[in-house]
Amino acid sequence: MSEGYPDYMEESIKKVEETRSERVDKTPDRMDPDEADEVLNSFHPDYREEGKKEIEIGPSTGRKAPTEVAEMLEAHSLIDPSEIDLTQIDYDVDVLIIGGGGAGTVAALWAVEEGIAPADILIATKLRHGDSNSMMAQGGIQVADREDDSPIRHYLDAIGGGHFTNEQSLVKALTMDAPKILDWHEELGMMYDREEDGNFTGLPGGGTSRYRLHSAGDYTGMELMRVLRDEARNLDIPVQEFTPAVELLKDDKGQVAGALLMNLETNEYYVARAKSTIMATGGFGRLHIQSYPTTNHYGATADGLVMGYRAGVPIRDMDSVQYHPTGAAHPDQIVGLLVTEKVRSLGAQPVNKDGELFVNPLEPRDIEAASLIRECYGRDNGVKTPTGMKGVWLDSPLIEEKKGEGTIEDSLPAMVRLYERFGIDMTKKPILVFPTLHYQNGGLEINTDGSTPVPGLFAGGEVEGGVHGKNRLMGNSLLDYNVFGRRAGINAASHAKKTSLGELTLDHVTKYEDQLSDAGIKTDRKSPMLLPEYRGEEVLKRHLDVEVTL
Amino acid sequence: MKAEEDESNEEVEMVEIFVMGKRYKVPKGLTIMTALEYAGYKFTRGCGCRGGFCGACSTVFRTKDEYKLRMDLACQTAVEDGMFLVQLPFMPAVREDYDVEEVDPEEHDNVLLDYYPEVARCVSCNTCTKACPQDIEVMDYVQAALRGDIERTAELSFDCIQCGLCSIRCPADIKHYHMAQMARRIHAKYNQPESDELAERVKEIKEGKYDEEMEKLVNMEREILKKRYDERDIKEEG
Repeated sequence: MSEGYPDYMEESIKKVEETRSERVDKTPDRMDPDEADEVLNSFHPDYREEGKKEIEIGPSTGRKAPTEVAEMLEAHSLIDPSEIDLTQIDYDVDVLIIGGGGAGTVAALWAVEEGIAPADILIATKLRHGDSNSMMAQGGIQVADREDDSPIRHYLDAIGGGHFTNEQSLVKALTMDAPKILDWHEELGMMYDREEDGNFTGLPGGGTSRYRLHSAGDYTGMELMRVLRDEARNLDIPVQEFTPAVELLKDDKGQVAGALLMNLETNEYYVARAKSTIMATGGFGRLHIQSYPTTNHYGATADGLVMGYRAGVPIRDMDSVQYHPTGAAHPDQIVGLLVTEKVRSLGAQPVNKDGELFVNPLEPRDIEAASLIRECYGRDNGVKTPTGMKGVWLDSPLIEEKKGEGTIEDSLPAMVRLYERFGIDMTKKPILVFPTLHYQNGGLEINTDGSTPVPGLFAGGEVEGGVHGKNRLMGNSLLDYNVFGRRAGINAASHAKKTSLGELTLDHVTKYEDQLSDAGIKTDRKSPMLLPEYRGEEVLKRHLDVEVTL
Repeated sequence: MKAEEDESNEEVEMVEIFVMGKRYKVPKGLTIMTALEYAGYKFTRGCGCRGGFCGACSTVFRTKDEYKLRMDLACQTAVEDGMFLVQLPFMPAVREDYDVEEVDPEEHDNVLLDYYPEVARCVSCNTCTKACPQDIEVMDYVQAALRGDIERTAELSFDCIQCGLCSIRCPADIKHYHMAQMARRIHAKYNQPESDELAERVKEIKEGKYDEEMEKLVNMEREILKKRYDERDIKEEG
């Protein structure tokens, strides 16, 4: 892999440079609803029926999901309930939080605020505390705090962006809580970008009608996550790292009563009994739906979705997947990594191999993504990379034409660093992009208080569904994990105070196994996946299944 | 729709790497992380976001004919022929608890030194800066902290991914990244002015200014809601 761009790509870059001055003040109109429908139907991967199937068992039987997800749900448990001793309790807590990303950490902080002692909380997480998609979010968080904006507008934007499929009461919670969340962040000490007068710098995002995006450079997710984690550490909230949950536990009254955890290094199981359990495991990018590369964290394998579903929580909107319009398409080492929407918010335009601007840069994500796919595969106006992938240019140098020299370095340090490592200076040259698998729009059904339909189980963040309907707008996921992490934390805390648990059981897992065989599903698939398989094929072919004893 | 297979039958160029001394041949162009996976390693530790944001994959290596140890992130660094490498699974650095409400810099002589007195042991060797995979001027922010310049400490350290490589190399055992975390929160909370617009909006919501209209929206029929969405004005320039 050579550094920078090969000569033939430089030829195309010249065309981009030639048209740049004509494009500076040009913004194509946003697409009319009919054209938007057409481009979605013809080019968005979600609208291809062959990538999906009906789920055959469980509480949402008959609903459609990507094949990769349905197969995760139609799979055996990792454990055999008859081999588990539930009488020896290893952790006995008021609130168990599964997942140590944004939602889980926010939930923990608010459970403490609600009166639960830190020692009566446990965060169990698969990798390290903070390792999550929350950490990787770059662009920002939507909050309608400006004078020309309001929660009403934010509501309309979110629900229109979701094609009116969102759960309206959840969108209300999202948009009405947003200013309170930002106020809390201000108290915690998060370094948001601000104007001289202290008001927050606002940027536009795809599908937003006002400048509502609040950011911290292009490390917004990292800044939020590291402050939340720092606060959880200050409060001494116990965290077990490298200890994922593998199944939920219930009691004989049908309540969720904790989880079975597993030490990822020794494979020992632990029984964690809890009066309230919060699912905060994030999304499913590492399932590589329709073979797309992903922006997601290594651990994003839909574990919580699987465990929650086995415990009886219905899922919704799982037939829709968010492909971020701009994943890196070149060089090969970074294919699929996120090129934040903020690059377009700041003024960069997507242009084709001939330097032509072909879409408004800030359409809602699904429309923008479908337009990029159309340009490459419908109109054959993409640029082919040395490894055979296609992409379009994102004309980043335009940002400095519009906003002055130095803007990119100041506002997008993470992006500059990403490309610099591979010999590309994005302040001078455009970057090649193509849609990448980014976000699980749907998920476990929740109520406005963060509870699921199964008593004792709460959920927040990417694992839950309904907030974004079938398409999430930029900046609403950081907001989602804060709003519903908080609500789940508060309500899990108050639930814990008034709950008594019966005898622990894994009967729901046994029953789920029965449903599998009743439905005639014969498979050796097991789930949750925990970690994706990336080992080389040649090595795996020669892999001996031998346990080495010392 | 992802990368189509390259149809040409070009031989993939291979390079030789040494993982904790053991030799493997891997395709040139892979990152250290994907090269290890290619070689058959499955990560539990030492792998996180795979995108340069989480600091889980700190790696120490040297290349052929080089005496210097280099440090970088496995997910962001391409393998080189003759690379000897090891991953650092964990950094057992001390971190001090504090109450963010109790660290007003106006009320302390040097609040960072109160919690991290070892900052004063800095010998200005610049090893921390050289170790940083983010190219942060680590020593400069440690020196700023020593002078009590919280703003500069916060700003210089802002891109820190908390991988811990600075601290593992430091001869004075300074815990740079934990100290800097504290500095950034203090700066944001005590030095940055608060937003009037936000305070006003929070007040309006508390007073119920939007309740009635929001209730209408929540119960609005889809077609009417859709019309309202399509007709909303969009601010294109801010």
